[in-house]
Amino acid sequence: MRHLLSMRDLDRDGVLSILDTAASMHDVQRREVKKLPTLRGRTVVNLFFEDSTRTRSSFEIAGKWLSADVINISGKGSSTSKGESLRDTVLTVAAMGVDGLVIRHGASGAAAQVSQWVDAVVVNAGDGTHEHPTQALLDAYTMRQRLGDLEGRHVAIVGDLTHSRVLRSNLICLRTLGARVTVVAPPTLMPSGIATWAATDGFETAYDLDEVLPHVDAVMMLRVQRERMSGGYFPTAREYTVGYGLTRERLARLPEHAVICHPGPMNRGLEIAADAADAAQSLILDQVSAGVAVRMSVLYHLLASSGAGTAEGSVA
Amino acid sequence: MSLLIKGADLAGAGAGDLLVRDGVIVEAGAVSVPADAEVIDADGLVALPGLVDLHTHLREPGREDAETIASGSAAAAVGGYTAVLAMANTSPVTDTAEAAERVAELGQRAGLVDVQPVGAVTKGLAGEELAELGLMARSRARVRVFSDDGRCVADARVMRRALEYVKAFGGVVSQHSQDPRLAGPDACCHEGELSGRLGLPGWPAVAEESIVARDVMLARHTGSRVHVAHASTAGTVEVLRWAKAQGIAVTAEVTPHHLVLTTDLLAGYDPTFKVNPPLRPAEDVEALREALADGTIDAVATDHAPHARHDKEHAFVDAAFGMLGLETALSVVSDVMVRSGRLDWAGVARVMSVSPARIAGLTGHGRPLAVGEPANLTLVDPDATVTIDRQASHSLSRNNPWHGRTLTGAVHGTVLRGRPTVLKGALA
Repeated sequence: MRHLLSMRDLDRDGVLSILDTAASMHDVQRREVKKLPTLRGRTVVNLFFEDSTRTRSSFEIAGKWLSADVINISGKGSSTSKGESLRDTVLTVAAMGVDGLVIRHGASGAAAQVSQWVDAVVVNAGDGTHEHPTQALLDAYTMRQRLGDLEGRHVAIVGDLTHSRVLRSNLICLRTLGARVTVVAPPTLMPSGIATWAATDGFETAYDLDEVLPHVDAVMMLRVQRERMSGGYFPTAREYTVGYGLTRERLARLPEHAVICHPGPMNRGLEIAADAADAAQSLILDQVSAGVAVRMSVLYHLLASSGAGTAEGSVA
Repeated sequence: MSLLIKGADLAGAGAGDLLVRDGVIVEAGAVSVPADAEVIDADGLVALPGLVDLHTHLREPGREDAETIASGSAAAAVGGYTAVLAMANTSPVTDTAEAAERVAELGQRAGLVDVQPVGAVTKGLAGEELAELGLMARSRARVRVFSDDGRCVADARVMRRALEYVKAFGGVVSQHSQDPRLAGPDACCHEGELSGRLGLPGWPAVAEESIVARDVMLARHTGSRVHVAHASTAGTVEVLRWAKAQGIAVTAEVTPHHLVLTTDLLAGYDPTFKVNPPLRPAEDVEALREALADGTIDAVATDHAPHARHDKEHAFVDAAFGMLGLETALSVVSDVMVRSGRLDWAGVARVMSVSPARIAGLTGHGRPLAVGEPANLTLVDPDATVTIDRQASHSLSRNNPWHGRTLTGAVHGTVLRGRPTVLKGALA
């Protein structure tokens, strides 16, 4: 693996290798002195064309704890906003001697395109409504911490599927790990062609959350992007919550052992009730904590030594 | 000085010679070589009436870094064209008589093909008020085709009025059929399974089909002519078939790229393949081929859309729409339609010259290769194989989707009013 652009870049062994390394990194995170010398002398640029405090900070801390020199460049006011092409902008950044480029962009495919233009290792930190692979890895990591091996486990992913990059990466990641996945949303928020997609990739689709919930080991609630509400995807917030929110009543019907995930930021009271977000089964804060360890692992696998595939374990 | 084209296959109707003098075919059949004649040995070549492109973007005025009327004319001539219709979405827009005359004049100055301006349907392509359609029609540019191409005339009332108005001077409205409300403003590809996976906002096929259906009903209501630009879906073909069976005056074109390329090519987010309307799945491509062969679709039009490199080097959703087409259209049609037996060379003449000229009201083009007719013609080497190289182009742009592909059938020569503009594949 030269870059991490999509969860399709990793096979099962590759995912497990990253998750296992993340566990070691998680231990480091609990030490008093958190720094490892692994990426000393390496430069990682977080090139964020789209705001994201959570993901950017997570990558920044991950890079710094591995002793890399980390530079943050915000897309706001960048050259592309002044009319420069994306290619020229990233070539300019890369020409400064960058080893790793962590890119967040509002356009699907941007990270993949950038990887064709630069020599640096590229990590996709979220591209439009396409993918967010490190989010999927940290979700899998968090679920495994609580549930153990995900093979055969049943995960429901609920909410605005159409506009969710978290969905697309999680689908691949969870299926790679052998989990059973059901996606739940009103038909207007199902991605186009999902029936064919589901048949090919072996997941299920449902419109009725109440039929699915009693049978899951994990439920992942996706954020309703409020700006979508004016697009006529559903009539009102109230109707959405009644149909697809993880309400207090639904929480009570969730199997006792089942866990709750949410990639954040949450709309409390809309897709997830406060009771559910703060419940004992909720892994939402664990997800955030795991984010740093998983991103350390990813940077380690991609950038340690000569770069590709030098870490222990097998990476596709 | 005369020109003798010796031994060509005349649009598939058997071999013969054509003697041209003063821009007119003066003898056909077995012609002895006059002393003053320039002779083109056309043995093994097919002669077609000069190709006519209903749909070309020449970018001048406004984006001369991407294409000029002169560079686009050169690309057109090399592609076998003797006439092109230059779309109105330039900057400023071709929505006045003066703007149209300027385009025609620059075309005459380049002198390689007849450049016929298309007039905008609405002022500034804004879709609200009719442009000065009559003044453009009565100008020296003699505009007959009107289009807001790049945008759909989405307001049914405006479309109705445009269709009614152009009847006065035998005009036709060429519609970019795409309901803007059926997809968001960021739509950039075909809506389907792949767009779902890639997270790209798409246009559903019905966005095109619903406008085509509406427009054919408006054409029936107004008794006017409507032309469907770049048809791209199987559903559009169904509507066209029905409309033609009803006797409604609708014509349609398909691009070479929609006859071959499929939406799967977007998997790598390469903006070279970003085009509007978008590339569709294989079943649509098959329906378009069938419709072109059986006459449901009347014409092949390139939608030649040159872009400067930096306008394509953005993230996919931000990159410009469009691909080059003038220099490769004949080879693509030859490769996909002739080699498969779906069209013979007379059929190619019909869809790339005769019908486009008729739709556009160009009386000097798309004529039979016969005595007394204007000597606008294209010589094709049906057996030549060409490997497309994006660097070898007369266009100022390089957004060529065929780069690296090998196609069978190539333009050998082009003759405009008796004067060779292209010989042996190169500008004469």
